[in-house]
Amino acid sequence: MNLTDLLPAAPEMTLLGLICVVLLADLFVEDEKRVITFWLTIAALFITGTSLVLTAQETRTVLFDGSYVSDPLSHVLKLTAVGVVAIGFMYARDYLHQNKLFKGEYYVLGLFGLLGTMVMISANSMLTMYLGLETLSLSLFALVAFDRNSATAAESAMKFFVLGAIASGALLYGISWIYGITGSLQFHEISEAIRTNPEINAVPLWFGLAFVIVGIGFKFGAVPFHMWLPDVYQGARSPVTLYIATAPKLAALALTLRILVDGFSGLHEVWQGMIMVLAVLSLVIGNVVAIAQTNIKRMLGYSAIGHVGFILLAVFCGTGQGYAAALFYTLTYVVMAAGSFGMVILLSRQGFEAELLSDFKGLNARSPWFAFMMLFFMFGLAGVPPWVGFFAKLNVISAVLDAGFPGLAVLMVLAAVVGAFYYIRVVWLMYFESAEERAILQAKVDTRFILSLNGLAVLAIGLMPGWLLSLCMRVLG
Amino acid sequence: MFQAVLFYFFAAALFAAALGVILSRNPVHAALFLVLAFFQSAVLWLLAEAEFLAIVLVLVYVGAVMVLFLFVVMMLDVDVERVRGGLTRYAPFGLLVAALMVIELVQVIWFRGRTDAGLGGFQPTPDGYSNTKALGAILYTEHVYAFEIAAVILLLAMVAAITLTMRKRPGLKVQNIAEQVAVKAKDRVRIVKMETEKRQ
Repeated sequence: MNLTDLLPAAPEMTLLGLICVVLLADLFVEDEKRVITFWLTIAALFITGTSLVLTAQETRTVLFDGSYVSDPLSHVLKLTAVGVVAIGFMYARDYLHQNKLFKGEYYVLGLFGLLGTMVMISANSMLTMYLGLETLSLSLFALVAFDRNSATAAESAMKFFVLGAIASGALLYGISWIYGITGSLQFHEISEAIRTNPEINAVPLWFGLAFVIVGIGFKFGAVPFHMWLPDVYQGARSPVTLYIATAPKLAALALTLRILVDGFSGLHEVWQGMIMVLAVLSLVIGNVVAIAQTNIKRMLGYSAIGHVGFILLAVFCGTGQGYAAALFYTLTYVVMAAGSFGMVILLSRQGFEAELLSDFKGLNARSPWFAFMMLFFMFGLAGVPPWVGFFAKLNVISAVLDAGFPGLAVLMVLAAVVGAFYYIRVVWLMYFESAEERAILQAKVDTRFILSLNGLAVLAIGLMPGWLLSLCMRVLG
Repeated sequence: MFQAVLFYFFAAALFAAALGVILSRNPVHAALFLVLAFFQSAVLWLLAEAEFLAIVLVLVYVGAVMVLFLFVVMMLDVDVERVRGGLTRYAPFGLLVAALMVIELVQVIWFRGRTDAGLGGFQPTPDGYSNTKALGAILYTEHVYAFEIAAVILLLAMVAAITLTMRKRPGLKVQNIAEQVAVKAKDRVRIVKMETEKRQ
């Protein structure tokens, strides 16, 4: 075995090495020069992204005796994850400065979470998947509790930790059943075992699979395993909420696709029903409960549950078209979620968290450009054409229709209409209500620039969705 | 046959201990039950001739982690009366757990001493087979990726724990060595001139 054989895993190794560099460098940086850690982190992300691009291959490579897989799907997901984490860090800088939370550990924990996400995306065995999941979850728990002076943050971190531990337990229990029945932890061997021994396709295996799907539901935040999500979104500081709303969603998609498609495509009829229940409940409860929220972070949390319903319904189809639609939806959702929480961060300032819907009142009078950007994000999430959310929803609906489930397609359209109400309410508050306060936005030029780019991207991908869609089709083809 | 009986006995004890962990109201009892559960799993491993794993489980989990756990549980217990009665109060329960462990160990050792035990149960390992060596070989070849990630998780746990506990807060008592060294006698000692008392 040559060292060059390990080249496809170079991005993870690079990132781990750079995390150690940032961790050590941060020890020697004085508090006033903490911005050095920030720029080192951004450089680390840039180098990781570059190594991802350089090592990208069109073929599927399996490494480390089947624990690691490198394929086009993993490149797309990882590159997006690196991108959104970098964007999230850029948005968070001023906020952390103003709230005296500008510490190196925030970036180190964020990078560790990204590493966990990347490990999950490239997992080819249950063991690697679980370890990646724990890496991601542990850094998220610590990030939520990051502000030690906030009681709500501690409370939501505790809730997140306990529920996350239960979810991990359920996942491990399911994995142990699957391992006992199929005799392997690797996805392609599980799939092979099911194909060669059709008699194992029976209740014990379904029992194990059900527990794995409970784990997936928890990590995605699908109803009825969504209880942690609104509380954590609200309780965490806004930059942490942004983080939780972006990279982990990509990891959850990878978790779903790797296990259900790579491992259990032979049991499609079995998991289809379970996924449908999760998806339909998420669509209905997420969108309806979001209407009643007055806190925008909580509202976006419930809206995330609704979006998870769309993603799961796309996976539910069990067709290549459906998987591509799920990938497209997740990629675009993550970009829009980053922008929306970026706006919440932008409006916050020292000692003031712009987390109520009323804080967005009359934003047009304060900053016409950023009100316009928020309009982009809200219309994107609502699915108004030509913003990108429209095409994401359209792809899922057409995939579900092609799979022969018109009833579910109607339900999705209704859910999207209900969802449009609370997104457009934000737009209405910004443009047609008078401002309660007139504080000037305090963000630096580079933050403003990236937030604007983010908003324009939501429109630009929506105007030209073809390339991303064909990329998704090619990756999952 | 005999091995199967032993297996089911240990498995039942493990199950009962696990139920005890979640059902007992007293946290100290729950922790002791957890010790018992770890020990049962170790004995099961011993039965399968996985000696290294069994010993590591007892040494690391029973010997170190659970003792720490018990310390924490006892320190956090707000009911002072209960803590005071600690040693004698839990002695019968602890002795019961310990007795069960001893009985099981004796059973396993006695059984392993017999040579004619090929009936049912786990397959015997070939002569000269080293469980520890096999484990080491597979850990650093086949599972090297998972092993490295596990190491990363430990590093992450360390960073997370330090982040969450080490902070500056009012009222925190810390030693300032520079200040201690630079201190002068007149900062600490106040010399008061007093009139001498008259002899009476």
